[in-house]
Amino acid sequence: MLFKTIKKQDFFDVFLPDTQCIGPKKVGTNTNGKPIYQFLPFSSFDEIDLDYDTTEYSAKTYFLPYKETLSSFSFKDNDWTQEIKYRTRPRVIIGLHPCDINGLIKLDKVFEKTLFPNPYYITRRQNTFVVGIDCKEPCDGGFCSSVGANTVTHGFDLFLTDIGDRYFVKIGSDRAFNALQKIKTSEITKKDNEIYLQIRNKFEGSFEKTVHVENLPNLLDIEFESDVWRKWGEKCLSCGACAMVCPTCYCYGVTEHISMDFNKSDKIKQLYSCNLNDFAQVAGGHNFRPEPATRLKYRYYHQHRGFVESFGQPMCVGCNRCGRVCLAGINPTDVISDLQREQKR
Amino acid sequence: MKYLGIEPQKPKIAVFDFTGCEGCQLQLLNKEETLADFLSAVEIVCFREASSLCSDDYDIAIVEGAVSRNDEVKRLEKIRETAKVVVALGSCACFGGVNRLKNEFDLKAANKEVYGKDPKETINVRPVKDIIPVDIEIPGCPVSKAEVESLICHVVWDSPFQLPVYPVCVECKQRFTTCLFDIGQMCLGPITRAGCNAPCPAGGIGCWGCRGPAVEPNYKSFFAIVKEKGFSDIELKERLNFFGAFGEVNVS
Ligand code: SF4
Ligand code: SF4
Ligand code: SF4
Ligand code: SF4
Ligand code: SF4
Repeated sequence: MLFKTIKKQDFFDVFLPDTQCIGPKKVGTNTNGKPIYQFLPFSSFDEIDLDYDTTEYSAKTYFLPYKETLSSFSFKDNDWTQEIKYRTRPRVIIGLHPCDINGLIKLDKVFEKTLFPNPYYITRRQNTFVVGIDCKEPCDGGFCSSVGANTVTHGFDLFLTDIGDRYFVKIGSDRAFNALQKIKTSEITKKDNEIYLQIRNKFEGSFEKTVHVENLPNLLDIEFESDVWRKWGEKCLSCGACAMVCPTCYCYGVTEHISMDFNKSDKIKQLYSCNLNDFAQVAGGHNFRPEPATRLKYRYYHQHRGFVESFGQPMCVGCNRCGRVCLAGINPTDVISDLQREQKR
Repeated sequence: MKYLGIEPQKPKIAVFDFTGCEGCQLQLLNKEETLADFLSAVEIVCFREASSLCSDDYDIAIVEGAVSRNDEVKRLEKIRETAKVVVALGSCACFGGVNRLKNEFDLKAANKEVYGKDPKETINVRPVKDIIPVDIEIPGCPVSKAEVESLICHVVWDSPFQLPVYPVCVECKQRFTTCLFDIGQMCLGPITRAGCNAPCPAGGIGCWGCRGPAVEPNYKSFFAIVKEKGFSDIELKERLNFFGAFGEVNVS
């Protein structure tokens, strides 16, 4: 990895004025007086706040859109043609925290480095210039350090750490190296390294929320019938909010939309959630997971067991976005600790 | 043209209005780009908003509005005898709609309040399904154009017609909307059927449940949350009653 330092005010000159930029924008204030941020397009750097703690939504939709047309069919005479469009327009996303970049790395495993690569995802991912930034403090309820998602070594183009008047910058791609030729960068000094490590050590020591996930896949198997699922399942609204804001949830449904002149039809993909009532309903109408508790359980099973079996690591990056948006107060650290308590009893 | 080997139908459609604002009927004609196609895909034999002609020969009856008079009951029964498929269009037809608020009051007093010395014959407001069997329900105040178009595809091509089973929250979240509970407002999104694309929360107003309940809503947990957030039973009841869609649900 190549490191540099860059003066803060110089950094933003890297970006081309005609490329769409996305960053953490303040969109409001919640009832506790805390600012609410979202990843949204911006045109000037004063519109974003890189000191943000967390965003309400992950930036997933820029890689896996909530709604996407997979293909369009046109019918003419007795024939038909199919048109497929991939999004290739370059885009810059600035300010992703380590959890979100780790989320992207996990999505890469599912959609890019796999037997059946997904061109819709790959074109978006490869044409997005990702600039990450280290968090200053753990976010509300965040437990990224427990799932190894509080640091990143790849999956980005540039990664910044705020060291006062300058950014300590990791360069993660050739295109990032080339882009930095436009501005003044400085070599890393011994002192810079010390400051950087000091900041990171302080951050890593400041997590309040932790969960032990080492033996979680086995524990989940043992606790398959646990009352803990009923307890949390009774609260669950089956609303899918958790999966919508999650940086790694990728489930979807596909529907057919026929135009009113009946000459065109679009196949539209829409993100879905395993908590929704008919997620496991099959042709013929049988629903394999009719109770909210079962569906909630399987959400945890995919995040913390199934994914581990396939990829050797949990899918969850510990951002606690699901926990914060859940009106019923269901959050991973409480649910997992409950299971662990159950086992100790 | 055939599609997947299926021969299209050109069904005869009749549109009827009962007690309601006729806004849902207007949704049939809304959206100029597709209006001509819509009108040529089906044969409209009765539709007051579009023409004054009316025939008794139809396959599909689209019924808008609730029932609030005895003569409406008879009219509906006649429609059921004639039509192969009855569609209840809009929240009034599906649940009674805003009209149903009347049922909370003494009928005579309400009649006097509205019509003064010239009272009208009236009965408690009822949804269409309380009078005759309904084949397809499209809720919404007003109905969504996309669902109307999907209905037309269904009757012409026999393509599946299905309302989302999940609640409004899914569509709300897919629009990047900040949850209204976070900014101190009530919202029925978690128990209300999606399909509207959550315009109310996106516009800063909590959902009032115009589309009625999602499939198997978790009322118990939702009501507990609403109370915990500091809203009273009265506020909650008022909202649940507004479109008449949560009629029999007990708040406590
Ligand atoms: S866990 Fe919470 S956010 Fe997720 S579906 Fe259940 S109630 Fe909704
Ligand atoms: S499951 Fe929850 S905590 Fe884990 S990555 Fe998804 S939103 Fe974040
Ligand atoms: S199964 Fe559930 S937890 Fe897994 S990706 Fe799908 S929505 Fe997310
Ligand atoms: S605003 Fe309403 S619909 Fe949207 S997420 Fe919150 S409760 Fe659900
Ligand atoms: S958000 Fe609620 S009130 Fe608004 S249109 Fe949708 S269902 Fe109706």
